Amino acid sequence: MSSLDVVKVRADFPILQREINGHPLVYLDSANTSQKPRQVLDAMRDQYERHNANVSRSVHTLGTEATTAYEGARAKVAAFIGAASPDEIVFTKNSSEAINLLAYTSAEFLSLRPGDEIVVSEMEHHSNLVPWQLLCQRTGATLRWFGITDDGRLDESRLHELVNERTKLVSLVHVSNILGTINDVSRIVARAREVGALVMLDCSQSVPHLPTSVAGLGADFIAFTGHKMLGPTGIGALWGRAELLDRMPPFLGGGSMIETVTMEKTTFAPPPARFEAGTPPIAQAIGLGAAVDYLSALDMRAVHRHEQEITGYALKTLADIPGVRVFGPATPEGRGGTVSFAVDGVHPHDVGQILDDLGVEVRVGHHCARPVCARFGVAAMTRASFYLYTTTEEIDALARGVEHVRRVFG
Amino acid sequence: MIEQLYQEIILDHYKHPRGRGLREPYAGEAHHVNPTCGDEVTIRVTADLSDISYDGLGCSISQASASVLHELLTGVPPGEAARIHAAFVELMQGRGQIEPDEELLGDAVAFAGVAKYPARVKCALLPWMAFKDAAARAGVGATEVTA
Repeated sequence: MSSLDVVKVRADFPILQREINGHPLVYLDSANTSQKPRQVLDAMRDQYERHNANVSRSVHTLGTEATTAYEGARAKVAAFIGAASPDEIVFTKNSSEAINLLAYTSAEFLSLRPGDEIVVSEMEHHSNLVPWQLLCQRTGATLRWFGITDDGRLDESRLHELVNERTKLVSLVHVSNILGTINDVSRIVARAREVGALVMLDCSQSVPHLPTSVAGLGADFIAFTGHKMLGPTGIGALWGRAELLDRMPPFLGGGSMIETVTMEKTTFAPPPARFEAGTPPIAQAIGLGAAVDYLSALDMRAVHRHEQEITGYALKTLADIPGVRVFGPATPEGRGGTVSFAVDGVHPHDVGQILDDLGVEVRVGHHCARPVCARFGVAAMTRASFYLYTTTEEIDALARGVEHVRRVFG
Repeated sequence: MIEQLYQEIILDHYKHPRGRGLREPYAGEAHHVNPTCGDEVTIRVTADLSDISYDGLGCSISQASASVLHELLTGVPPGEAARIHAAFVELMQGRGQIEPDEELLGDAVAFAGVAKYPARVKCALLPWMAFKDAAARAGVGATEVTA
């Protein structure tokens, strides 16, 4: 495996040339959304300039080209996560829609009723919590959850009690968007199998950063989104085992998802078309395909190793600053490139504002994971998140910025 | 640029808030939350505005703003409080183009720089919007302000 040539990678990202408030841009918000390489932007422009037409319904040349490119993107995404077939990839708007697709259809598909249980964790992004709360409200099923240990890992001590014969589905975050924790889900998956429950993984923060094999994960469904993995906004995916997707009822109704329609009745297309009503985000899917090509050419193992190095450096650098407290695992092992922290006596909003003045872009707030903030007794956190283009110099700029924050509020 | 936002007066109110803490008696109370950042503030007022008490959790801008509000509006006749309130809201929504009236706004003129940071205007306004609701609930007749 070759190592990552970060200088060469950075040259592919036009936005990294920008200055912010007179300083070179230091983009440390990739867990929020990643930047886009020229290759992705070019693929989308080329689609619009040369091949634009609607998919799956045109006999003309442009329509055929657009359909080939759109379905080609599906095949690339399928290969990227080791899916058995492109038909196991349902394109959605984002991870939230992918999770909602499963949550909405599973009332019927899993015949949920009072007494049934759905299990999530305290570590979820709101997008893998709220849809299940709503599902439980609709069906009378009970929502239960794993807690978080003090060092920011899933508390599996009650695994056998939490996942039991009443459990119909377990939906867990694979990599925490706020603590950076990479959850080893093997024991939970094995327990779910034992009791006959399905497993969904929210892979929004893992597919962009780790080599992913759905077979290796052992899950039944995963959700992820394009814009966090160098692709455009507006495109995400639900992967599901073919035999499960086959049994699921439609989610949204409309064009493209049908087999035959009469005024009285409609029969539905097989997956994935069954779940893709209406004109899909065509150029966005093609952009995601280009992003997958870009990441594959670099080798995801090299991407992950680079992020491990940056994360180790960041954890060490932040630990050396007095008054800084890092949340989540203290070492890079079992941890992704997302580091949330507190600066003693300074609200994260103020930390983020002063860092922005120095060109350092971080996210502040509850990161759509309020229960995690509550678990660690804070209303908000400051989060720096890394990707394949992040350098140690950028971590140094973050550290200088945090020192400046402490001086302003000293 | 950043110094315009973090004026000494603002940092001083943040570190040494005036009149902080919820008190009895009161005639109206309101709790406002900024859902995007989780900042919150609770304001209590008496019907004659002889006391305005508050508590909150959040960034320097929202919390200093509550402290300044307490200092500016406590004990002020309701009609006058409404004028100050309107002037502050106007200043915050002026995108940095409004010259603040120092005589009317006192320490609140320090927030003029906040108006240039659209993402932070809601921080500064949070306690003032809570005050408006609390005053309405307390029947503070003259505090008819629009935001």
